[in-house]
Amino acid sequence: MAQLPSSDSTAHIDALKSHNCRSIVLCSGKGGVGKTTLTANLGIALAKLGHKTCVVDADYGLRNLDLLLGLESRIVFTAQEVISGSCRLGQALVKHKHEMNLMLMPAGNPRMLDWFNPEHMRNLVTMLAESFDFILIDAPAGVEDGFKNAVAGANEAILVVNPEISSVRDADRVAGLLSSQGTFDLIQLVVNRVRPRMVEKLDMLSIDDVLDILAVPLLGVVQEDEQVIISSNLGEPLALGKQNSPAGVAYGNIARRIQGEDVPIPDINAQPAGFMDRLGDFLSTKII
Amino acid sequence: MSIMELLKRLTGNRNTSANSACSRLRMVLAHDRSDLSPAILDQMRLEIMEVVSKYLELDHTGSELSLETEDRSTALVASLPIRRVRKVAR
Ligand SMILES: Nc1ncnc2c1ncn2[C@@H]1O[C@H](COP(=O)(O)OP(=O)(O)OP(=O)(O)O)[C@@H](O)[C@H]1O
Ligand SMILES: [Mg+2]
Repeated sequence: MAQLPSSDSTAHIDALKSHNCRSIVLCSGKGGVGKTTLTANLGIALAKLGHKTCVVDADYGLRNLDLLLGLESRIVFTAQEVISGSCRLGQALVKHKHEMNLMLMPAGNPRMLDWFNPEHMRNLVTMLAESFDFILIDAPAGVEDGFKNAVAGANEAILVVNPEISSVRDADRVAGLLSSQGTFDLIQLVVNRVRPRMVEKLDMLSIDDVLDILAVPLLGVVQEDEQVIISSNLGEPLALGKQNSPAGVAYGNIARRIQGEDVPIPDINAQPAGFMDRLGDFLSTKII
Repeated sequence: MSIMELLKRLTGNRNTSANSACSRLRMVLAHDRSDLSPAILDQMRLEIMEVVSKYLELDHTGSELSLETEDRSTALVASLPIRRVRKVAR
């Protein structure tokens, strides 16, 4: 199995520890499973809980985090200028419009792909650790250089997976790479885009199936929710709580679990109402 | 597991697409995790059979070597149907 290069320097880990900062990379292997959406929403949700949070766009090829947060027009400098020393850290950080505790570290132009390396990421994280409680790193799809750069700056990982065969396979590969690196204190799973009706008909892998196969501890479940797309259109993540939506609630719960609260993970297949629903409810009663 | 899922499983409704996704995933992950190619696996099967054939007469057509996985650990499982036990000269 291909190994990630072992972390050459651990200065960033020391910086994280001494400033009590947690640096979490969101990765998946497969593209389009919801990493960037989750990063934006967890950034908002953690900020709302009072944590100083920085979301780092590490997808230098296809940056999108700025758009999802509605901050695309406020970017002046980026990680590129910070690393090359042509601006100070604070000049590149973009403050969120509504959540004062949230800042974005924007990605530079795609040419960063040619020169940015894991050491640069570790340096960036070392600088950020001083001022933040949480650093969330939005990794690109794949397991190549961009991914390696993104994971180099983190000591925790959230593996994002869809209950779908190719996503689970790729997540397993990523889980293997992360644990072989040996620098992660915690690797947890978020299952995204779950469709309860399909799971009920046994036409979609259930949460239990996914957990069984991957054997990574579960941090949260987010169901398929069209509000996610609407909120992306607006650049206003659901976690802001402007509209009541299942995914928005799920993001909030995940953030609370991250800060150590014991929030139970609800059984996604239980919503009672009429007789048929109650029957369905009975049939979906958890027995194991 | 829910009652519905249990009923479906009990009533022999095992051909759901989720079930086949599960079993296909288990297969492919066992290989991914071990990083063994099918060619190497077959080579291994032949060599194992060669050793075992010194002691037992095997049914060559029915032998199988496969990887099975549970949690994050993987096991090599050999199924070598026996025709008859050879008398081994000591
Ligand atoms: N829970 C959800 N319900 C419905 N749609 C979702 C959900 N989560 C994500 N999406 C949609 O899925 C698409 C991909 O999401 P996103 O860009 O966050 O994925 P990604 O993993 O960052 O992709 P990439 O690998 O390209 O970076 C987007 O259109 C997003 O709106
Ligand atoms: Mg993305």
